[in-house]
Amino acid sequence: MSLLEIENLSLTIHETEILKRVSLRIGAGQIVAVTGESGSGKSMTALAVMQLLPNGAKTEGAIWLERQNLLKQSEREMCALRGAEIGMVFQEPMTALNPVKTIGDQVMETILIHKAMPRTKALARAQEVLSRVGLPSDRFPLSRYPHELSGGQRQRVVIAMAIALRPKLLIADEPTTALDVTTQAQILDLLKGLAREYGMGLLMITHDLAVVADMADQIVVMRHGEVVESGATTDLLHNMQHPYTKMLFQASGHQVSLPELIEHRPLLEVRNVVREFRLPRNGLFKRPDHHRAVDDVSFTLNQGERLGLVGESGCGKSTLTRAIMGLEDVQSGEILLENQPVFAGHKPNPAVRRKMQVVFQDPYGSFNPRHRVARLITEPFHLLDTPPTGTERQDRIAEMLTAVGLSPDDASKYIHEFSGGQRQRIAIARALIIRPELILFDEAVSALDVSVRAQILDLLAELCTTYNLTYLFISHDLSVVRTITDRVMVMQAGRIVEQGETEQVFSSPQHAYTRTLIDAAPVLPDIGANVA
Amino acid sequence: MLRYALKRLISLVISLVVASVVIFAVIEVAPGDPASFMLGVNAQEDTLAALRAELGLDGSKVQRYFNWVGGMMVGDFGTSYTYRTPVSQMISDRMWVSLPLALYALTLSTLIAFPAGIYAAARRGKPGDLTVMGTTQLGIAVPNFWFAMMLVLIFAINLRWFNAGGFAGWDKGVWTGLHSLTLPAIALALPQAAILARVMRSSLLDILGEDFMRTARAKGLSRRQALWRHGVRNALIPVLTIIGLQFSFLLAGSIIIEQVFYLPGLGRLVFQAISARDLIVVESVVMLLVFAVITVNFLVDLAYAAVDPRLRGRS
Amino acid sequence: MSRNLLLGAVLSSLVLLAALMSFVWTPYDYAALDIPNKLQPPNARHWFGTDHFGRDMFSMIMVGARTSIAVALVAVGIGMALGVPLGLTAAARKGSWLDEVIMRGNDLVFAFPSLVIAILITAVFGAGAINAIIAIGIFNIPVFARITRGAALSLWEREFILAARVSGKGAARISAEHILPNVANLLIVQGTIQFSLGILAEAGLSYVGLGAQPPTPSWGRMLADAQTMVSFAPHLALIPGLAIIVTVLGLNLLGDGLRDWLDPRIRVARA
Repeated sequence: MSLLEIENLSLTIHETEILKRVSLRIGAGQIVAVTGESGSGKSMTALAVMQLLPNGAKTEGAIWLERQNLLKQSEREMCALRGAEIGMVFQEPMTALNPVKTIGDQVMETILIHKAMPRTKALARAQEVLSRVGLPSDRFPLSRYPHELSGGQRQRVVIAMAIALRPKLLIADEPTTALDVTTQAQILDLLKGLAREYGMGLLMITHDLAVVADMADQIVVMRHGEVVESGATTDLLHNMQHPYTKMLFQASGHQVSLPELIEHRPLLEVRNVVREFRLPRNGLFKRPDHHRAVDDVSFTLNQGERLGLVGESGCGKSTLTRAIMGLEDVQSGEILLENQPVFAGHKPNPAVRRKMQVVFQDPYGSFNPRHRVARLITEPFHLLDTPPTGTERQDRIAEMLTAVGLSPDDASKYIHEFSGGQRQRIAIARALIIRPELILFDEAVSALDVSVRAQILDLLAELCTTYNLTYLFISHDLSVVRTITDRVMVMQAGRIVEQGETEQVFSSPQHAYTRTLIDAAPVLPDIGANVA
Repeated sequence: MLRYALKRLISLVISLVVASVVIFAVIEVAPGDPASFMLGVNAQEDTLAALRAELGLDGSKVQRYFNWVGGMMVGDFGTSYTYRTPVSQMISDRMWVSLPLALYALTLSTLIAFPAGIYAAARRGKPGDLTVMGTTQLGIAVPNFWFAMMLVLIFAINLRWFNAGGFAGWDKGVWTGLHSLTLPAIALALPQAAILARVMRSSLLDILGEDFMRTARAKGLSRRQALWRHGVRNALIPVLTIIGLQFSFLLAGSIIIEQVFYLPGLGRLVFQAISARDLIVVESVVMLLVFAVITVNFLVDLAYAAVDPRLRGRS
Repeated sequence: MSRNLLLGAVLSSLVLLAALMSFVWTPYDYAALDIPNKLQPPNARHWFGTDHFGRDMFSMIMVGARTSIAVALVAVGIGMALGVPLGLTAAARKGSWLDEVIMRGNDLVFAFPSLVIAILITAVFGAGAINAIIAIGIFNIPVFARITRGAALSLWEREFILAARVSGKGAARISAEHILPNVANLLIVQGTIQFSLGILAEAGLSYVGLGAQPPTPSWGRMLADAQTMVSFAPHLALIPGLAIIVTVLGLNLLGDGLRDWLDPRIRVARA
């Protein structure tokens, strides 16, 4: 008999249909991954099992945890089950812990709230589980506060809280999405190990198909609140039935082909750039320490070249990007675009600025909500001495919107009328409208669903042919960088530790850190990339 | 923690210095010479000079500023122009009415507001919440001195539970003193409690939407347990700011309320001093009030650190 | 439109209408003495009764509304005119010495309650409605500076501001073009709330004699006059008090209603 069995679960929230007759089952010690794009209802399925649904939620069907139907349990009975029989781990480790309580208190709370054991034993148990998740108490005393830990360490605390009472079922909702790739690998290993060791059922919610393929015994693919396909991992991967499943896997491993490089004239030259930040003083009379965010970085980007920059959070790639854009002055070294400095005498150089544009990550935060698309995408005209006016301006707007796959009529709309993918197209139109020599893509596809991401990557490849783009593509996602760049640089702790032809670097990495990164990144099995 | 406290202390001292300069400068702008005002138009020049020397009015402005500040540090606030008595003595009598009144009101306001705010947040959108919110909406709109007049009308004039005014003094025991401050304190506290309850409620509601509240529920805490164990302390952080601000409103309010209850506090002293153009008294009372506000806000800053470990820095 | 917004708008415009109307019409001359008819309770001829000089309370309330609204409105104007640019500047230069100076200055002004400022000004320059305006206005400056800075800071982190910077726009231009329009709603709401606080503060100041001086009627001074007579003519205290409550309540409801109505997040959720 299964540990957890969801039977025809339907869910409406304030009359909106969220889930439609969802069924799945998990056996003891089994790992089941529920995957799908945003809006597929995968997280709601998890919350329904916890019975922690938002107000106005109505459920039908049944969720059996062994012999109990969770939908029929009273709130009081659910409280007794949560934390004891079912544990849960959430996506955002930075906010999942109470900032004003110590980690020891928070782990012990799971034990004490269920009156599972007296306080002294609970303390010992808290210590034990924290060491089990990799936070031994000699290095991470129970008196630590969450803000004293990194994101990965916090996620370990959350896991410790969830498993402190050895629940039969552990639910993990995008547990590694907010984490770096090397941390992700460790957390996934930890979860896998715990499931096997304790014989726990693990319900894993994730959008990342590579993660799914890597660790799940069973896969459930969802779309628009429905299960489209499910089955044992190897069976499903080798024999996909539903077109949506095929599309998802194809999009995840999406490859584009870039046009050949022609010229070899240097466009952007970065020489020995250093950017330091002052840290808060350690003592009233001590000199403040400095943190080198960018440490002696040099590279050249040629005309027409597509260069990638990869690294984990805090490696300095954002700071470097801002310095290149002329948003931040550097302490030493120089950044030249066509032999002109980006910063001239501590002031951004307007002559250089008009040769550069940027596309940001967040499709929702990148636009002033009060302006129409026409005004939004023409903002870079501010850089021109004689910006086009009248029909010329209209024509440019229409041309750009068409080039990124939108309609010229969209110019009079407001940004909230567009989806995330469309917004990213508008951001590209904005960057392209003054025909810059260089475009910086700062995690430009990281916030998008895989199918949308694939479309945007196609658009980029297409624009490379039409407009002969030169760009610097900054990303933490190795698979994307691998397909969309000619050359790649790997950054760690403010330094560029390796650079070279993209294929070369990925197939035979020279630096140890590059190898760690590549090994840590979960890969789609070949079968996924080849279906069609 | 120590570093944080030290930093706040330095900023406290700077605030006090700047505030004292501002107050001194404003008073300096006042037209007229207190000495000739006191002695009348026919006074002899040498008597005037002698009086100026006695009052510390001779010497350069900078010198006089330092004399004033230096004096205050050792409890010497100068001599009243009208009464010719030490200002420190006049203030110290009155201070023990105004400050206890403000603190009494602050205590009442907090004691009423916390439960009301938590109750309303826990029952968001339900009749209990709507009642509390409606009452506080009205409470915010009531001017405290008008409310005080109504309390006098009902509880002193009609029911005769309290005296309509006056202060029994602290010599007859703390309870007698508190009894005569009770109506004024209620009048001050209720409108402030209305504000504080609303802040407490909305702060708690913000916290209830935080991820860690969901984590707490996932551990098996009931809604109520999560609210008390994880919500309240986090919600206190913005509430503390308001409490600090409220003290300054309550202190100002107590000066106004003293007029309703004929209390011999700083308010009466300062209004008499204004009509008598006794600027040295005004100057000292104002400095004292500002000192009290700044000090309370310093204490609030320390309380922050007690509530929020992130401010204490890595230990 | 929510019930709060509607009720707030109705109450506020009622008071505003009474104040505007008083310029052209009041039932009686508000200053006309009529000793034989003094201390009349509300009746058909004098809707709100008469005071101890026989003056018509209804007329005085109407003219008093004028004083209250004028003082509070100008004080909000001062606070916004100085506080908003200060807040925008501090946010644009976050972490610089300028930001530090502005924010420390704010803290300092917060240490001077309106009443204390009014005491200082009155002691030096003598009493008058202008004092109340200045005192309340000064206190409003840090309120607006702080709220503007707070909202602007989170906007400065947004990517559309970065995009504007990449387009070569300077801090002043970005503040005017991108930041200000996006904090406008917040300022309107806060302005309504400060307006209502200004009404309360003006009443308090004129009650203790630091506000409008006779013969200008003001609600606060009407209450001060009523104090000794409250036991035998309670309407003298009740009516100005209720006028204040209605005005402040109306403005607060209006502010709350506006906040919900202007907040796009809530509006989307409702739709």
